[in-house]
Amino acid sequence: MKTLITSKGDSTDSFFDLRFGRGKYFCIYDSETGKIEFIENLNADAQGGAGTKTAEKVIELGVKKVISGDFGPKAKDLLMKFGIQMVMINDSNKTIMEIIKSLS
Amino acid sequence: MPRRRRARKVVEPPSFKGYRPYGTINGRREGRVELHYEEYEAIKLADYDLMNHQEASGIMDVSRATFARVYETARRKIAKALVEGKEIVSVYGNAHLENDWFECDDCNSKFTIPNELLDKICPLCKSLSIKTILH
Repeated sequence: MKTLITSKGDSTDSFFDLRFGRGKYFCIYDSETGKIEFIENLNADAQGGAGTKTAEKVIELGVKKVISGDFGPKAKDLLMKFGIQMVMINDSNKTIMEIIKSLS
Repeated sequence: MPRRRRARKVVEPPSFKGYRPYGTINGRREGRVELHYEEYEAIKLADYDLMNHQEASGIMDVSRATFARVYETARRKIAKALVEGKEIVSVYGNAHLENDWFECDDCNSKFTIPNELLDKICPLCKSLSIKTILH
């Protein structure tokens, strides 16, 4: 199962990003293969609709779980509709590695 | 001990965080009016969807009398904000949203559990100690 985590940088030592639509990078962790992949968020500097576009991206990637700090109302609705689990952590001092460790 | 307050069901929370007056003659007044989600829902059902109180109370899963009380406080709050030039902020109140959120007692993360997931555990630390929260 794939999990998406919003990240401030493109390595596992980077800190977790509290923003969903405007997080700099996305870390995609596959719990079956253990593969960790980073992709840049192209919507991070979008004028508007960053949350919606990111939610669409999540659906496209086939991710089943999203970990972020908070979700906007539109992103929430969309993810809820597609049965994607949302997890909110309110701690920006966590690194991506720490989150992945707690998942596996 | 007073009787437990029954949660009022809210189909959709307001799409705003608040309203602020502009161009007030005496400057913006201190203080704000807190409009609860269920009060917003009551105004929406009665005055936007034009339902009668009986129908609206059914949707919110409370008695007709309770609905009338919620509706009345909602109208009074809005009137107060308009007359006194106060800001309106939407707050959670005693609402119960259709889409539930959970909180883990161990790691304090908040999460949803989609219908297809059967095990009710924390997705982060696998703790079984989770509770429903009013998001």
